[in-house]
Amino acid sequence: MLDFPRWKTISLTLILVIGVFMSLPSLLPKSVTDYWPDFLPKETVNLGLDLAGGSHILLEADPNEVVGLQIENMEESVRNALANANPQVRIGEISRNDGVLSFMVRDATQVDAAREAILPLTNGAGLTGQRDWDIEVRDTTRFVLTPTGAGLDQAVEDAMNSAIEVVRRRIDELGTREPTIIRQGAERIVVQVPGLQDPDELKELLGKTAKLEFKLVDTQADPNETLAGRARIGSEVYPFPDGEAYGQPILAVRRLGGIKGDRLTGAQQSFNPENPSEPVVNIQFDSEGGQKFAKLSTENTGQRFAIILDDEVISAPSFNEPILGGSAQISGSFTVESANQLAIQLRSGALPVELKVVEERTVGADLGAESIRAGVIAGLIGTAFVLLYMILVYGRFGVYANIALILNLFLILGIMAVLNATLTLPGIAGFILTVGSAVDANVLINERIGEERRNGRRIIQAIEVGYKEASRAIYDANITNVIAGVLLFLFGSGPIKGFAIVLIVGIITSIFTAVFITRMFVAGWLRRARPKELRI
Amino acid sequence: MKLLKLVPEKTNIGFLKLRNVAVGFSVLLIIASIALVMTRGLNFGVDFVGGQQFRVTFEKVEEAPIVELRESIAALNLGDANIQRFGEPNEVAIRMRLNAEGGDELQEADSATVAVSNMIEERFAEQGVRIDGVDAVSGKVSEELLSTGVYSLVFALIAISIYIWFRFEWQFGVGALFALFHDVALTFGFFALTQLEFNLNIIAALLTIIGYSLNDTIVIDDRIRENLRKYRKMEISNLLDLSINETLARTVSTSLTMIIVLVSLVLLGPDVIFGFSAAMLFGVIIGTYSSIYIASPVLIWLGVGPDSFVPVESDSEKAQRRLAEGYDGAEP
Repeated sequence: MLDFPRWKTISLTLILVIGVFMSLPSLLPKSVTDYWPDFLPKETVNLGLDLAGGSHILLEADPNEVVGLQIENMEESVRNALANANPQVRIGEISRNDGVLSFMVRDATQVDAAREAILPLTNGAGLTGQRDWDIEVRDTTRFVLTPTGAGLDQAVEDAMNSAIEVVRRRIDELGTREPTIIRQGAERIVVQVPGLQDPDELKELLGKTAKLEFKLVDTQADPNETLAGRARIGSEVYPFPDGEAYGQPILAVRRLGGIKGDRLTGAQQSFNPENPSEPVVNIQFDSEGGQKFAKLSTENTGQRFAIILDDEVISAPSFNEPILGGSAQISGSFTVESANQLAIQLRSGALPVELKVVEERTVGADLGAESIRAGVIAGLIGTAFVLLYMILVYGRFGVYANIALILNLFLILGIMAVLNATLTLPGIAGFILTVGSAVDANVLINERIGEERRNGRRIIQAIEVGYKEASRAIYDANITNVIAGVLLFLFGSGPIKGFAIVLIVGIITSIFTAVFITRMFVAGWLRRARPKELRI
Repeated sequence: MKLLKLVPEKTNIGFLKLRNVAVGFSVLLIIASIALVMTRGLNFGVDFVGGQQFRVTFEKVEEAPIVELRESIAALNLGDANIQRFGEPNEVAIRMRLNAEGGDELQEADSATVAVSNMIEERFAEQGVRIDGVDAVSGKVSEELLSTGVYSLVFALIAISIYIWFRFEWQFGVGALFALFHDVALTFGFFALTQLEFNLNIIAALLTIIGYSLNDTIVIDDRIRENLRKYRKMEISNLLDLSINETLARTVSTSLTMIIVLVSLVLLGPDVIFGFSAAMLFGVIIGTYSSIYIASPVLIWLGVGPDSFVPVESDSEKAQRRLAEGYDGAEP
């Protein structure tokens, strides 16, 4: 016990000094740490939304929708591949039912050619070499394409990755600071925006896929059939809420030959030059989209076309003249806000899949500040009583335990800052709880030393055996707590995870300070004072 | 200065004489807890049942206009609202469950959130209303939160018991498992009785209670194991009593420091974690009790004796023991 090697003292002291320094940026005001030399740490503990105020939104995609889109895209690819095959393969109507794509080849001798043409489309994009689609030929001419499990997973994966990008771009448009956007599980996205008090705008912005299409109105459609929701072959019907005034709540449009909004390069809110009080959205196409749009408007001058947003017609103007400049104007019944929002959504690109808000948590900044204040006060008072208790009951050894406890708090804060961990409200509770349980190790050691003394051991041996025997129980008890902490971290969400981190870090640092640091102090005292009496 | 001794240096309390009474009492409490949970039910927060919760402060009045608030929300026709004081008299929590049966409940919950917050802000502007926080959780997410919460509790109980079984003996693992089950059951009973809101934070509290109660059990178990090697002929119930007495000063000190901290959290801490702190306080008290009166009697009934540990004693441990016995002088 007496020989506490110098290297140990030096390295323990070094760890403590580093730990305390790491915690300082979180404790000192920013005006101080801004002028720190570069070699000093600058990382601080992040405050969770429940303390800093802000909004947390959990978005969820419906994987079935992704699958539907995948089949829809495949239909177009198959059509193109067969039309461009040499010689062209002629087929009957393609149907997409029950999650499969099927069509008939008109000429039975072209079955092999058709298979060859669509085979490249079924290759997986991934590195696993698995196919995304299975091809089956039934009744000699009917092709059935079924997406494989790997293909579906890949489709969901791709959709979510691009959804995250789109969400990020849309939120950046809001100009909020430091949003956190992360994938959670297979089909969820967490969005956290500190400081955002009113999440409604955010939800509006993310709640639309902004899938824009331009399609020609089917002028030959029978108005009664259309009103009944039926379309001719080659056409389809869309709701047209603004058309209600003209007796056209549903509009029939041509399925093929339209243009999709993914060819856009820009979109801005503006006003209709002919009617300056009417908000509109100006859009610009890329060169390919511009050419297509020019062609469409030239060939169909005087015809009506439908502007379809998220499967709903927002307006159906006519091509008064060919539109050649690659830009166009979308009108509808917009307000300035909704036109601006649409412009942002179009600029950021369409979401590959609709995202629904499944969880929303908002905390006002006032409440957060109040929680911190109450938490800190409770913590300081609780800690003060514990420190007093330890001195009253264990005397000198209580003082050592108290120093260890305070160092422990600095260490936890320092480690959390370096890990860039987030301090949440339950995290503050975890901090305070650590105070309560951190002294347990020293209580165990001190009680054991007292016991060994009463059993007649000499001072130094009593201390030696006390530390040794108590350590076993300390390790066993704390390992089980770490197990509980790890489970909390794995299963918990948000604030609970924050609590678990504090708990785990706190257990490790409290063993370190309570067992090693106090031992250093005790050894130093024994060497200096050579006590004849041990009051414990 | 004389040191404060809350527990005399040597105690000889016959804890386990009362074990049948205590265990009987505990079984009654467990049954009562289960009955309470079945009849009164738990006051689940939106984390676990879905719906919306608003926290609202009325800054310009002394007391929140709860009656008016209830009427205004009822007028929106969005289902029942549960309005409770939350902290100060001018602060309330409004909780509404999802009332959509099937259908598009996500969308419905979302529009309800907007409708209620708009109404409150317009209707109560004169009272200086401020919405401090909104939690809206869809049915699907809340089901997942509940099931993962329950899984983490069950996994924690099993993982911890397995650890103790490896580290000690299977009887100790069973004893700890019983004690933990006791603590969890009674805490559920506590929540059914008080109708405090049961939310995600409470799952964290339960896991921490488990951790704490286990701390206690392990410290006593560790001493039992030590004494089993030291006093090979002592009768088991006496040996358990001796071990509990020897660790009593530690038990009291640690429980007290925990209680001090938790009481300050309950009285002074943020309102948002009141339930958490109250659960912890209750848990620390029953966790201390269960370490003595549940975990230990199980060891008697499972027939733990000195033989339980003979094979695990290594040579160095044997030497250590002889050394220890030498110092102790008289071997009983």
